[in-house]
Amino acid sequence: MNGLMLDGNAVAGLLQEIFAVEMTTAVGTCDGCGASEAVGAVHVYRGAGIVLRCPHCDNALVKIVTDDARVWIDFRGVRTLELDV
Amino acid sequence: MARAAVLGRLTWLVAEVVDVVPETPRVKTIAFDVPPWPGHLPGQHVDVRLTAEDGYQAQRSYSIASAPDGSRVELTVERIDDGEVSPYLADELQPGDQIELRGPVGGYFVWEPSRGGPLLLVAGGSGVVPLMAMLRRRAAADSNVEATLLYSSRSWEDVIYRDELDRLSGDGLSVVHTLTRSQPAGWQGYSRRVDADLLREVGPAAVQRPQVYVCGPTPFVEAVAEGLVALGHEPQAIKTERFGPTGG
Repeated sequence: MNGLMLDGNAVAGLLQEIFAVEMTTAVGTCDGCGASEAVGAVHVYRGAGIVLRCPHCDNALVKIVTDDARVWIDFRGVRTLELDV
Repeated sequence: MARAAVLGRLTWLVAEVVDVVPETPRVKTIAFDVPPWPGHLPGQHVDVRLTAEDGYQAQRSYSIASAPDGSRVELTVERIDDGEVSPYLADELQPGDQIELRGPVGGYFVWEPSRGGPLLLVAGGSGVVPLMAMLRRRAAADSNVEATLLYSSRSWEDVIYRDELDRLSGDGLSVVHTLTRSQPAGWQGYSRRVDADLLREVGPAAVQRPQVYVCGPTPFVEAVAEGLVALGHEPQAIKTERFGPTGG
């Protein structure tokens, strides 16, 4: 446990800005341990960028870096993402 | 309504302050009028953006405190002394001032009366804010869903919404305070940190399969979630919202 840790709710606005849909109810499957969790329940760390980590195995699911004009997203830690359409 | 509240690309909206209400020495509620507001679900939040004269922008996320009510949106803000945004919101804003906000955002940490219960809400400090939106919605809908709010504050003076919670109690809602740093003379209530023992005494048992919402500082949320799991609550039934120490 880390006092600086937040959860997926904290990046709801950023994710909705990127994907144009509500993302905290989307369910992601971790490519490290195979566990599935709602994006709202994953762990979030903010530093120079934002890292979403699996609450079960701590695998880095998603890394996001933004500047004024662009967003870089590394999705390598997510096996699948399931959303309502 | 529900879909309208959670779908669609976000745009920044101009919000005008209509009221500022002190809640505790460190906390104020600011009511905004946001004319094109699409409505929200209890538990959702907004992003607030402030822009300085030199163009520097700072952005923070705040839970919505109010139940859905037309274009009126209330935020309850705790002043973080070295924060970048909260001192401005809590100390400077006056009726007539305008800021930018966008939302509502988030669809995970939400509850509506139609989702039923029983409901167990566990709040640490200003973590009570999104849970209050749920209780206000419950009251406005005349819902009789059994609900328990276990609310940890440092002292009696730090209890946000104290009088309103008192009024809302009854009709299936039980409000239980614990004061962890100081207690008023003659205090008969709890003065312990929230742990498995306190949750067992106060909350519905795991066999009643309550829907559980926990909001507060990260260490508080971790301790409560661990206690709930130890008591046999299903991890999937426990929704958490953590805020860090630098929410500011």
